[in-house]
Amino acid sequence: MNIISEVGINSYLWLAAILFSIGVMGVLFRRNAIIILMCIELMLNAVNILFVAFSVMHNNPAGQIMVFFIMAVAAAEVAVGLAILILMYRNMGSVDIDTMKKLKW
Amino acid sequence: MSVIAFYILTVLCIFSALMVVFSKKPVHSVLYTIFCFFNIAGHFLLLNAQFLAIVHIIVYAGAIMVLFLFTIMFLNLNAEVEPHKSNLLKVAAVVCGGLLLLILVSCLKGAENIPVNPMLDTQMGMVKNLGMVLYNEYMLPFEMLSILFLSAMVGAVLLGKKETK
Repeated sequence: MNIISEVGINSYLWLAAILFSIGVMGVLFRRNAIIILMCIELMLNAVNILFVAFSVMHNNPAGQIMVFFIMAVAAAEVAVGLAILILMYRNMGSVDIDTMKKLKW
Repeated sequence: MSVIAFYILTVLCIFSALMVVFSKKPVHSVLYTIFCFFNIAGHFLLLNAQFLAIVHIIVYAGAIMVLFLFTIMFLNLNAEVEPHKSNLLKVAAVVCGGLLLLILVSCLKGAENIPVNPMLDTQMGMVKNLGMVLYNEYMLPFEMLSILFLSAMVGAVLLGKKETK
């Protein structure tokens, strides 16, 4: 028995929508840059769930390969993002994003 | 049985995602994120995507979140130092998230009528099948990915290196 035909594809759509919204809310809510990066990971994972659900629904493995690529890009993004964070901490003494407004004016 | 598992995993997943945003200390946020990723791996297992479930645990919980934890401990950021945002901004953030959810949900109206084929190819998510697809149809993107990793590694080392003048 297929899990998607049991709970319906709309359950997965709802789950992904809720997770994505929580990620967006976290990006707007927090000032700590590390937690903002984690919320971006949450958003990527919401999309991953949806990719796998639709890949299983259509019996098409391309969706799962896409999730594999998304994971790889997320890993690269996190490595560079945390390096930038460390640099920012060294120069400014905090990872509060409100201290990074020198480019504002 | 699997429906119950689906709902348990969903509730835990959403709860831990909310705790990522609302917990005070960054280390707690990281631990809740790892918990959330384990729940998502459970969802992948329920969907018969065994390879992705294992890769998800290894890459996310094993590599990415350890990198986060390492950075937090290395920079000694665990103390809650961030001056609190005004409550107005917090309310605005929550309202924005809620509005986005409203828009997404209203876009998904009618999705419950999509017919789903009850026959499931249980072998699709296995390593053998995915490996055949990956190395036959997606060979070029896979190789480009290694270049992406190389450039990311060079960038991270260059940024993280202490400047000597």
